Amino acid sequence: MSSRSIHVDYLARVEGEGGIHVTFTGDQVTDVQLSIFEPPRFFEAFLRGRAFSEAPDITARICGICPVAYQMSSVHAMEQALGISVTGPLRALRRLLYCGEWIESHALHVFMLHAPDFVGYPDAIAMAKDHPEIVERALKAKKAGNAIVARLGGREIHPINVRVGGFYKVPTRRDLATLQEDLLRGRELALDAVRWTANLPIPQFEQDYEFVALHHDDEYAMNEGHVVSNWGLNILPTEYEDHFAEEHVPYSTALHSTHRGHGAYLVGPLARYALNHAQLSPLAKEAARDAGLGPVSRNPFQSIVVRSVEMLYAFDEALRIIADYVEPEQPHVAAEPRAGVGCACTEAPRGMLYHRYRLDEAGTIVDAKIVPPTSQNQKIIEDDLRRVAAQSANSSDEELTLRCEQTVRNYDPCISCSTHFLKLTVERT
Amino acid sequence: MSKSTKPKLSVWKFASCDGCQLSLLDSEEELLAIAETLEIAYFVEVSRATVEGPYDLALVEGSITTQHDAERIQAVRRAAKYLVTIGACATVGGIQALRNFANIGEFVSLVYASPQYIETLSDSTPVSAHVAVDFELRGCPVNKAQLLEVLTAFLAGRQPHTPADSVCMECKRRGTVCVMVAQGTPCLGPVTHAGCGALCPAYARGCYGCFGPKNMPNTAALTAEWRRQGVSGRDVRLALRTFNVGAEPFYRESERHEL
Repeated sequence: MSSRSIHVDYLARVEGEGGIHVTFTGDQVTDVQLSIFEPPRFFEAFLRGRAFSEAPDITARICGICPVAYQMSSVHAMEQALGISVTGPLRALRRLLYCGEWIESHALHVFMLHAPDFVGYPDAIAMAKDHPEIVERALKAKKAGNAIVARLGGREIHPINVRVGGFYKVPTRRDLATLQEDLLRGRELALDAVRWTANLPIPQFEQDYEFVALHHDDEYAMNEGHVVSNWGLNILPTEYEDHFAEEHVPYSTALHSTHRGHGAYLVGPLARYALNHAQLSPLAKEAARDAGLGPVSRNPFQSIVVRSVEMLYAFDEALRIIADYVEPEQPHVAAEPRAGVGCACTEAPRGMLYHRYRLDEAGTIVDAKIVPPTSQNQKIIEDDLRRVAAQSANSSDEELTLRCEQTVRNYDPCISCSTHFLKLTVERT
Repeated sequence: MSKSTKPKLSVWKFASCDGCQLSLLDSEEELLAIAETLEIAYFVEVSRATVEGPYDLALVEGSITTQHDAERIQAVRRAAKYLVTIGACATVGGIQALRNFANIGEFVSLVYASPQYIETLSDSTPVSAHVAVDFELRGCPVNKAQLLEVLTAFLAGRQPHTPADSVCMECKRRGTVCVMVAQGTPCLGPVTHAGCGALCPAYARGCYGCFGPKNMPNTAALTAEWRRQGVSGRDVRLALRTFNVGAEPFYRESERHEL
């Protein structure tokens, strides 16, 4: 029987180093691998013996695109271990910081990394030659998100102002008010993005996924809530490891996660949207409806639209937080060392991020566990690749390669994160 | 394939978080102008289209931590007329250099259930330990304005202008009240290379050294002052062992302080 294989040795327009390998025997897909060859990065080992207060700065270095996510999961886990809680304006400021990162990361992915697949360009710079307005819109939206992170965090990448208990310094009302004008304009750009992405040629590809995300009754969950799924899971973040397992496969420096007893599951914008649609702002709900999205989307190629809806929501929410902001009396709650264990899940732009730390009585980290979103999505990405390749078995190698790459980009994988955590090869035999 | 006469830019990733190359994409106002001036010939995070070398300029992010990468950096050097390291990982080994002072076998088994699948070197080394480097840009992450200065200087055929004094001096120029003198907050500003614009003190926090040591830092005098202010030996040691632990002045000073 004839064989065929498709290889993408070094997948472009994703964060980090990975590849895709698909093998056909005749028309049957016989093997699919999302291989991750990003060098192993040992963060959990580096954290041992460090002070609890160092975790937000050290774990930020796991990812330059979503450092805020690492800072947020680490501070919430530490606060649980230390028995403190952060409420009121400090809690709102953390949510604002996360809105900034969602905007910056989603704008980057929607326009610069993912959109070229739908409109047939190798990259956004080539796309800008024919459609400058799209790329300029993207860069303006991205800049508005980065401005939030820089104002609150000191800088866009590896912010310096986040600490266990709150912030080193909090902004004045006026500091935040100066962001408003650009955020209002950004919200319009995001609304345009929802309309524009809704009209892209989106392949039909509906699957019955188990969606897993944080859920909070009163808000579109970012920093706090229960871990829930559309298949009935409803647990606290402290119970995460009882329900989810990680395994190590030979072709990847990233660990694969599974839901015990269920298998692969999906985290990220599609999961959040499906589970938390009711908590979106009226403007975001209306834009989603006008874009033809129901309350649930089971098509990962539609994630580009959902990401745009989330970007719109993040602008809306950032404006709300700024309007309601009251300067707190103290920039942080005191955090005194004590022995304990703490865990937290927060919603990174690409999906749920779990941290767990055990501390000794001096507040030194005894051990740490970090489960990034891309580890959790790896199995689903491989499942999608298998189905996409089977559907496109009659396509040319070039078309098939492009479609497989797009399938992976649907998940906005963050490979550096997951090498604690891509390369496409298609093999036809 | 390409008939462009513009200088060819390539961007390379080794063990890193992507933050330094992301700084190029974060240059929202300048990005399209950069693309008009330079041909973005190889930048995998941005484009699936790659143009073969030789390249006029190679920006290298990340440290060397695998045998494969040790070979790859040689190929990058051969293909590049001018090679610039961007950030602490490429310049001094980055946070990955923490492994240089630990048992790597133990690390692999801590993180991975099947250590036999993992290939890694025991040390994380800077690019300059492998090949000649034309310019090193500090920072974890690099400062976006300094990265643009490197590109501008390259296009103009001159040395980049990146001040080599300390964060302490930047703080004075910025007019921030000294956090160490006024609040007794431990600060690495006096021994840390300038470049961030003295961010941390402006946020009521001590500098944590993410740009690495300045030239000839008086680390002993600074840590003596920290100790006098009540900082434990363990905390001095930890403060010097972060993103620039691979820089000799920080590592050597950290060794003088017990856990």
